[in-house]
Amino acid sequence: MGAQLRVYKRRIRSVTATKKITKAMEMIAASRIVKAQRQVAASTPYATELTRAVTAVATGSTTKHPLTTGTDAPARAAVLLITSDRGLAGGYSSNAIKAAERLTDRLRGEGKEVVTYVIGRKGVAYYGFRERKIEDSWTGFTDSPTYADAKRAAAPLIEAVTKETAEGGVDELHIVFTEFVSMMTQNPVDNRMLPLSLDAAKEEAGKGEILPLFDFEPSAEDVLDALLPRYVESRIYNALLQAAASEHAARRRAMKSATDNAGELIKSLSRLANAARQAEITQEISEIVGGASALADATAGSDK
Amino acid sequence: MAAELHVELVAADRSVWSGEATLVVARTTSGDIGVMPGHQPLLGVLESGPVTIRTSDGGTVVAAVHGGFISFADDKLSMLAEIAELADEIDVQRAERALERAKSDTDAASERRAEVRLRAVAVR
Repeated sequence: MGAQLRVYKRRIRSVTATKKITKAMEMIAASRIVKAQRQVAASTPYATELTRAVTAVATGSTTKHPLTTGTDAPARAAVLLITSDRGLAGGYSSNAIKAAERLTDRLRGEGKEVVTYVIGRKGVAYYGFRERKIEDSWTGFTDSPTYADAKRAAAPLIEAVTKETAEGGVDELHIVFTEFVSMMTQNPVDNRMLPLSLDAAKEEAGKGEILPLFDFEPSAEDVLDALLPRYVESRIYNALLQAAASEHAARRRAMKSATDNAGELIKSLSRLANAARQAEITQEISEIVGGASALADATAGSDK
Repeated sequence: MAAELHVELVAADRSVWSGEATLVVARTTSGDIGVMPGHQPLLGVLESGPVTIRTSDGGTVVAAVHGGFISFADDKLSMLAEIAELADEIDVQRAERALERAKSDTDAASERRAEVRLRAVAVR
């Protein structure tokens, strides 16, 4: 076998192996999207009921709570960014990071100091490489988050919100994650979790329904005190689940195009290999023919 | 037809039980509370404890609820808890083991969880 042909054969073999791997990853991601979507659906009743309850307390009582009413001049804002632990998911993590950067710039432009919290190894690596300060980070659960993970991430955030700004607390809480719209569309979004914007919460809870006057047990403040941490946790949990579904969808798409590309590459490489083989054969034939005719010429000359 | 109220018992990651009921008894931070159809709108903080639901077909559903909230309006009652399990789902032996382990480790939170589970099973 000629050198050229051998090189093509070797490349075809290696691309075929890569294609098998990307195909397998595509199928794994596809099966996980369904599971992740189911989890999002399962967590929705809790989230909607909780939002309803929060809206009810916040609108039905005249209590002023640090978590529902913003300060006049917010000085510090916390941003929670959700990225993935693993790569090979196309632009998934970098899109989320870009959205966080935009939000950070905007908040800085409004004269607020930004404190960053990161979930997922990719985000941590991004900030670590640029030597930017991360207040806290969590890794290792982005592809199948549990409620306990959300709780763990929410705890320091809630603590920061309840603390006075002068003592290192924050006035606002933003979350950046990738919203799962459909199998083909996932958008990085930034939401302000706290202070609550009641209009948005109302919209989420019920389409223009009038909330009844509640009787609070033990009191409106106590209920709100207990509700808001749960609200933050459930919002983070929901964001984590959506981000996980988006991550799998992004990975599936990236792996699908990688598989397609590998297929294309194999096709063009085999064409080249075929041409090289044909060229080799042609050359061999012409060598044989040339040799034979030279031999014939030589014997014809000696006969005479 | 006797008055009924619609009950939704939801945990953070799933819906545990939903159906019609005539009476729901739960423990709030200021004491046990019984809710029947027509109760005035209520929003309360739940203590960890067993919740008893008397269903409209005469049966009883008991669930162990670990913290959370109860909200009632327009004959619709929803109970939200981070962790909630029906008494039928609770593995008694496992809960007992967890209780012993929690006692020896002096882990107050898991001891309380295990106790609530066992209480819910006892009520059933």
